[in-house]
Amino acid sequence: MTNTLHRYGTAESFKDDYVIFALPAKGGAQKGDPKPALKRFLEIALEYNPVNIGDAMNGGATRPTEHTHALEHFAKRPTKPDFQQVIDGAGDPTTFSAVFATREDAEAFVTRIVAEDLGLSINISSSIANALGCCKAAGITRHSVGYSLGFEGIQDNVPNRHVLSLSTMCGHGMISQSLAKKMIDMVKENRLSPDKATASLSRFCSCGIFNPVRAKRIIEEARGKIF
Amino acid sequence: MKISEEKCVGCGNCTYACTMGAIYIDPKTRKATVNSDECVECYACYNGLSKEHLPPKTVRFTRRMMSKLWLRFEPDPDICPTDALVPDELSWPRVVRRAFSDPRVPHESTGVTGRGTEEVKTNEISNRIAVGMVGFTIEFGRPGVGVRFYQIQEMSMALAALGVKIQPKNPVTAMMSDVETGKIRDDILNEKVLSAILEITVPVERTEEIIRTVWAVEKKIDTIVVLGVGTRCDEDGEERVVAPILESLGYTLKRAKTNLGLGKLQIRELSNETPVSAKEAVTA
Repeated sequence: MTNTLHRYGTAESFKDDYVIFALPAKGGAQKGDPKPALKRFLEIALEYNPVNIGDAMNGGATRPTEHTHALEHFAKRPTKPDFQQVIDGAGDPTTFSAVFATREDAEAFVTRIVAEDLGLSINISSSIANALGCCKAAGITRHSVGYSLGFEGIQDNVPNRHVLSLSTMCGHGMISQSLAKKMIDMVKENRLSPDKATASLSRFCSCGIFNPVRAKRIIEEARGKIF
Repeated sequence: MKISEEKCVGCGNCTYACTMGAIYIDPKTRKATVNSDECVECYACYNGLSKEHLPPKTVRFTRRMMSKLWLRFEPDPDICPTDALVPDELSWPRVVRRAFSDPRVPHESTGVTGRGTEEVKTNEISNRIAVGMVGFTIEFGRPGVGVRFYQIQEMSMALAALGVKIQPKNPVTAMMSDVETGKIRDDILNEKVLSAILEITVPVERTEEIIRTVWAVEKKIDTIVVLGVGTRCDEDGEERVVAPILESLGYTLKRAKTNLGLGKLQIRELSNETPVSAKEAVTA
């Protein structure tokens, strides 16, 4: 899950970015069936306004579309996340994630998850301050921490910072820089709305950790050239 | 990955979707073509592009006719209109590319999908990073550059020469012919993957030495390196040991993965329970 850890951006740019994920330990260290607990994790997340949820094997809430006949070419494609398909399709125990865009939602969710005592390992990938805020709200202390030291040699003020911010939101590298650049350019040219551009990028994220709210903000900032 | 010449209409959408920039429209055939040496078999094009299944002949005819009228037929930018992408039958050693690059493929050595490992994510159960120790994840290839195993080997051998412990349950370690020296098996050295993570564990006192070694090696290899440093927090949840070392080396610590320590040896049995409301759960 370094895929959630190494996101390009300043600490300030993670203000609306809380990736919270649950997973069981490997190798039979734990007793009990993790599948119902993982599913419960996702179901609880729905009560706190997530902007994405997903599991590492089946994808997030905005997935690629597949037409069954040619006339569907003229139909509108969904741009809103479909959370229920993630929960319905949740399969083998793997890493399940929920993404939140506000401090209030993230802190309330963590408080609830602590109370639920699922027995799964729960991690927060966000700015250090955001994660500390969640712990404080839930009345718990951190067990371990994994710092991101950033991409060696790539500073915060590089010319293609918006492209990097978008493409590194899928830490598996499934969102190419070319596509991120194209989406920004198409929005700049008013050939595509930020919502559609965000949905197009979301579909490439294969585990549901892409943050569409942050992505839309970054695209809007790139359109107005706000750094 | 291959692209069917019969189906491809040369719209160019897959050229943007390719994480490695390995797809281009061949000016002679006007069809998308994969540079197979650069392709890392990540399947981002195949899994990420939506599929329309339009008849290729109809699409080509429409594109030709519209171009005569100075108009263009453009599918949405994340669509392959004719479902022209065809996965290859992969054999050794090329299959290694997919194991490291496609996050949906579980790696046999770890059971974790993609290149991933557990690092500190389940540390409260695994004690993978014990008190007084530091776990390094040294990731290569992101964003958008990729890495070949001979480049990873430069780093693994440099670190192994320092006598550090290379994490055994890790996909890169599974590719080593000699873990003691960090040597990676010869038959995959030129294979390119989207990214890979080398993982080591050292006592806290060696943190600076490891980082300086990484800095020295990363200047010699033509890829991007990103470091993750995992450690235990103290009893009050603070981390006062490693952060000062990292800051003294010039790092500004912004983002982290925080393990809340909620994992238990017994996962809660939920099969027969009915869900409780948020208020009930929090006040219980």
